[in-house]
Amino acid sequence: MGKTLAEKVWDAHVVHQAPGEPDLLYIDLHLVHEVTSPQAFDGLRLSGRQVRRPDLTIATEDHNVPTIGIGLPIADPVSRTQVETLRRNCAEFGIRLHPMGDDDQGIVHVVGPQLGLTQPGLTIVCGDSHTSTHGAFGALAFGIGTSEVEHVLATQTLPMRPFKTMAITVDGELRPGVTAKDLVLTIIATIGTGGGQGHVIEYRGEAIRALSMEARMTVCNMSIEAGARAGMIAPDDTTFAYLKDRPHAPHGSGWDTALEGWRELCTDDDAHFDTEVVVNAADVEPFVTWGTNPGQGLPLSASVPDPASFADPSERNAAERALAYMDLAPGTRLREITIDTVFLGSCTNGRIEDLRAAAEIIRGHRVADRVRMLVVPGSMRVRAQAEVEGLHEVFIAAGAEWRSAGCSMCLGMNPDQLAPGERSASTSNRNFEGRQGKGGRTHLVSPVVAAATAVAGHLAAPADLPVLVEV
Amino acid sequence: MQAFTLHTGTMLPLRRSDVDTDQIIPAEYLKRVSRTGFEDGLFAAWRKDPAFVVNRPEYAGASILVAGPNFGTGSSREHAVWALQDAGFRAVVSSRFADIFRGNAGKSGLLTAQVDQDVVDRLWAMAEAHPDAVVTVDLPARLIRVVDITADFGVDDYTRWRLLEGLDDIDLSLQHIEKIERYESARWSYLPRTLS
Repeated sequence: MGKTLAEKVWDAHVVHQAPGEPDLLYIDLHLVHEVTSPQAFDGLRLSGRQVRRPDLTIATEDHNVPTIGIGLPIADPVSRTQVETLRRNCAEFGIRLHPMGDDDQGIVHVVGPQLGLTQPGLTIVCGDSHTSTHGAFGALAFGIGTSEVEHVLATQTLPMRPFKTMAITVDGELRPGVTAKDLVLTIIATIGTGGGQGHVIEYRGEAIRALSMEARMTVCNMSIEAGARAGMIAPDDTTFAYLKDRPHAPHGSGWDTALEGWRELCTDDDAHFDTEVVVNAADVEPFVTWGTNPGQGLPLSASVPDPASFADPSERNAAERALAYMDLAPGTRLREITIDTVFLGSCTNGRIEDLRAAAEIIRGHRVADRVRMLVVPGSMRVRAQAEVEGLHEVFIAAGAEWRSAGCSMCLGMNPDQLAPGERSASTSNRNFEGRQGKGGRTHLVSPVVAAATAVAGHLAAPADLPVLVEV
Repeated sequence: MQAFTLHTGTMLPLRRSDVDTDQIIPAEYLKRVSRTGFEDGLFAAWRKDPAFVVNRPEYAGASILVAGPNFGTGSSREHAVWALQDAGFRAVVSSRFADIFRGNAGKSGLLTAQVDQDVVDRLWAMAEAHPDAVVTVDLPARLIRVVDITADFGVDDYTRWRLLEGLDDIDLSLQHIEKIERYESARWSYLPRTLS
């Protein structure tokens, strides 16, 4: 029987295999940031170990960094200490670091692909659950905890138990105005936040093949919100075109050798998936969340559900709690929900195509009076590219704030936070209670819905905005 | 890592599903660079409510958390495990755990005992009726026992063995150092390197 893409990548990385033991997998690339690494470096020091492969390791500062005044020391002393600790650790162990102010600084999951370090067939880990992003290139990429960060630093391997495989096939074409974010939110609402548990998801089908690399990253990024270990998409010409000539992509004859191997990275026709799900792309609409987990979402055209409509008692209970926290009444049309803050950014939707799509919608409009809109590019390279294209002027002219790169309001470890009771439309990945600030209420949306919402002042699709007439 | 064999203690019934890592410990507590002292961040937002179960005096000293399905969903922060351990918890019982949380727990010596939801329901009822009911979590036998309830729990063989022995994963992997070196010497030269 044939193998799935995920199984092929796994098998190519097995260092040691024995009955009753997890497989020991080699790790090709280890991404590091300031939050989940300090205790791992301490562990190395305590046991007198070195970083085995600093040349397969790279660090950036992202979670804690302010997005304004980045030339100044970080005001929060605890954040500052954590960032300074990363700098000391990288210097001590010989790890390349892109600190605040560096041209290549940014969110770790934006920086890896942009440097060409993220490549098909690799095993990639990071102490961050959204490492699944890199699966868009046909890499097996997953988030790990701090003990595992230390393990990879020390050994460049990880003991891993085999996963189950899930195929999510998206047939047909997405309708105009429907994005990768709407697609993945629809998938999570369909299979549930635990639907992917224990699985590596492979996204396949016509609609997936039609996605750009950045859109594929959005889809794979949120695999973890469906509970999956990783998400993957088989590499194809779109992948190869994206990679060609990036700083760390193979060059010369290395490119040809690499390409030959990459073309083999697909699921065999006779391979078996443990679970299969089919989604019809044409059925996907602009999609937003109403609750406090990413599976609690509905098409923008729908209304806030009645908890009584959930048959499962634990889902019913969760919906009741979510509506109380979100201060929403059943039956309220989602389009009527007014918003205080719009956040455009994050490892889910902070790439150049996301900024272009949002700018296209907002161009010539004004952000509604009561609304604050933060535009936070995923990396300093994305920011620079947006400025070359004049996108920053579009956002600034509309009344949005144009910021420097970082994780920012996705999780509010820096000063970019919601105030208690404030409500956001956010292009990030988690709508957990208090995620964006204590007492803050989050609705997850696509970049174009975020832009339209900023203008309308309530959850809205681009089609809801008045047509601008040039005079 | 602290070994885990047989543990006896009382339960904390947490009747919530999808308890995410941001609830277990909010991001602001993740700025620390230390490895201990995270108990103040445990359920920090929910603990502001005096009626929240964790604040109730009858559950002070509980060491076995019994929670709804999909416990630990969300981020990879191992701080969620550390916060539970620092607050005195040795085991979490649920019908379903998020993968990364379960992995992290196994590395740090926190037992994640997986049981059917009807067992969770019975444990909740027992803990609510008798907060001082003493539970035995028996890892060698994979059994939870309390008064008239006896239930099997799921934990994978390898994690169970490591917990029982209190083994350091890194040492185990480094036993295969020759295989690691052999693998490395056969890697393609075009594979990316971060240092030039």
